[in-house]
Amino acid sequence: MEFLSLSEAMSRFVPDGAQVALEGFTHLIPFAAGHELIRQGRRDLHLVRMTPDLVYDQLIGTGCARRLTFSWGGNPGVGSLHRLRDAVERDWPAPLELDEHTHAGMAAAYCAGAARLPFGLLRGYIGTDLVKHNPAIASVRCPYTGEAIATVPALNPDVTILHAQRADQEGNVAIEGIVGAQREAALAARCLVVTVEEIVDALPPAMNGVVLPHWLVSAVALCPGGAYPSYAHGYYARDNAFYQRWDDIARDRDAFLAWIERHVMGTADHAGFLQSLKEAA
Amino acid sequence: MSDYTRDEMMTVAAARLLWDGCVCFVGIGLPSAACNLARLTHAPRVVLIYESGTIGTRPEVLPLSIGDGELAETAACVVPLPEVFSYYLQAGRVDVGFLGAAQIDRYGNLNSTVIGPYDRPATRLPGAGGAPEIASHARQTFVVMKATRRSFVPRLDFCTSAGFLDGTGARARSGAKGAGPRVVITDVGILTPLPATDELALSAMYPGIPIAEACAAVGWPLAIHESPVTVPRPTPEELSALQALHARTAAAHARPVHIPNRSSSDVGHPESHRG
Repeated sequence: MEFLSLSEAMSRFVPDGAQVALEGFTHLIPFAAGHELIRQGRRDLHLVRMTPDLVYDQLIGTGCARRLTFSWGGNPGVGSLHRLRDAVERDWPAPLELDEHTHAGMAAAYCAGAARLPFGLLRGYIGTDLVKHNPAIASVRCPYTGEAIATVPALNPDVTILHAQRADQEGNVAIEGIVGAQREAALAARCLVVTVEEIVDALPPAMNGVVLPHWLVSAVALCPGGAYPSYAHGYYARDNAFYQRWDDIARDRDAFLAWIERHVMGTADHAGFLQSLKEAA
Repeated sequence: MSDYTRDEMMTVAAARLLWDGCVCFVGIGLPSAACNLARLTHAPRVVLIYESGTIGTRPEVLPLSIGDGELAETAACVVPLPEVFSYYLQAGRVDVGFLGAAQIDRYGNLNSTVIGPYDRPATRLPGAGGAPEIASHARQTFVVMKATRRSFVPRLDFCTSAGFLDGTGARARSGAKGAGPRVVITDVGILTPLPATDELALSAMYPGIPIAEACAAVGWPLAIHESPVTVPRPTPEELSALQALHARTAAAHARPVHIPNRSSSDVGHPESHRG
C-alpha cells in the first residue's frame, strides 16, 4: 500500500487497454478517478460496473472505452445515458462492445472473482433473451440434484477503483452506508486503488462497516469530494439536481464536449473541477 | 369531471394491492411511488426492499435513484448487494416484486433492454438491472405501466424479464420459482391473467373509463374477464397522502447544488500540487 496523488495512481495502475471497475452503487461513485482517466486520455478500456452512470457516460463519450460489462446503464430516475446510447446506436465517438448481464449475474461474477473461482452460480437468466446475445452466460448441472444452474464467468478486473469515506495511516479503508458490490469488486481485482474523503489516525470502530485491510490495497489517494455528484454518506448528499441537469448536457454532442472541455480537461484536478462547477452555478 | 388524474388512480390502485406486513422488492419510478403510498396509508408495516441493499426502508421522500442516502438512513438494515439478490430474493423471501418496463406483451413478459434489434437498436434502454431475477423469484410480481400501443405490444423487441413466456403453463415449465405477473396496473384499467392460457385480460375498470378506451390503449386484441369489476375511486386520504409525497419529493430533489468543500487540512497533499 502506498499513498499517491490521484494522477499518479491512475497513471501507474490503469494503462491503456486495462479492464477497470470503478464500482459504486449510486453511493460513493469514484467520479474524481474517472475524470482523471479522461484527463490522461486513456484509451481502449474495458469498463466494468453493475450500474454505469454519469462517469461512465463521460468516459464513453470521450472515447476512453472499448468494451462495457454491465447490468443496468441509465441515469437513475431520470432516463437514458445519452453518450452510452450514442455509442451503441451510432458508434459515436467509437463502437462499444457490450457484455450485458443482470444485477444478480454480475453480483455472482464478482463473488466468484473474489473467491478466485472460475465462474459464479445463480438461479438466474430464466426466460430472458440476454442468454441469446451473451455467449458468456451458460449453465451447469448440479451434481447432486441434476438441476440446471446458470453460470457467469468470474470477474477479475485488472484494477478496481473505489471511493471510500476513510483510510487510516496504514491504508486500511472503511466504507459505510450503501455498499453495493464494492467489497466483492475490490477482492476480485488484481489491484485496488481507493480514493478517500479523509485520512485519519485511527478508523472509528465499525463492527459491520466494510473494512478493506491495507494489504489488499495497492494505493490510497486523498480526494475530498471525490464521489461528487454522487455522495459520501456522512460527508455530502447526492446532488440529484445535477443528475437531472446531466440529461440536457449529455443529450447533445457539442454540449457534452463543451462541458468536458470546461470542467474536466480545463481543470488540473478534482479540486479544480469542483471549483469550476461552483463558478458555473 | 374527476378530482384526480389517471396517474393518481393508477398509483392508488397499485398501492392497494400491497397488504400490511408484506415483503416487497421495489423498482424505481411508478412502483416506488405506489409502494410508499401503501406504507403511508393502509400498510404501515410493509417491508420495502430496494436493490441497493436497503431493507425495511421508510423514506420521507421518494428516492430519485435506488441508492439515495434517504433509503439507507431510514432502513431497518443495509446489506451488500450480492446478499440482497442471493439470500433474500433467490432464497424466496420476497412476497411481491413490483416492476415497470418499456414494453409488455399479452403474457406479461417485459422489455427494458432495446427497441429494435439488439445489435443495432433504434433505442438503447438502460437494461435488465435486477428485473429478470425479481420476475423469476418473487412469489408474485405486480407490473405498473401506462398503457399505450407503443408499450403494450403484440411482440416484444427483446424479452428482458419473463412473465408467462408463451402462456399455457410455459412459465411453470421454465424453472421460474415465483408465480409471475399476477396483476398489471395501467392508467386505464387493471389486467390479470386468464387461468388456462395465462393471457392478460381486463379484470377491473376505473370509474369513468369505458372498456373500449382500455382496449384501444393496448396493442393486441385485449381479452376481458367474465365480469370486470370497477375499482373504487381514490379516497381523499389516499389522494392527499400521494400529493404530499410528490410535493415533498419535488422540493427535496430541487434543493440547490451542494458542492463539497475541500478542507484546509488538505493543503500540502500532493494532489493539491498536480501540475
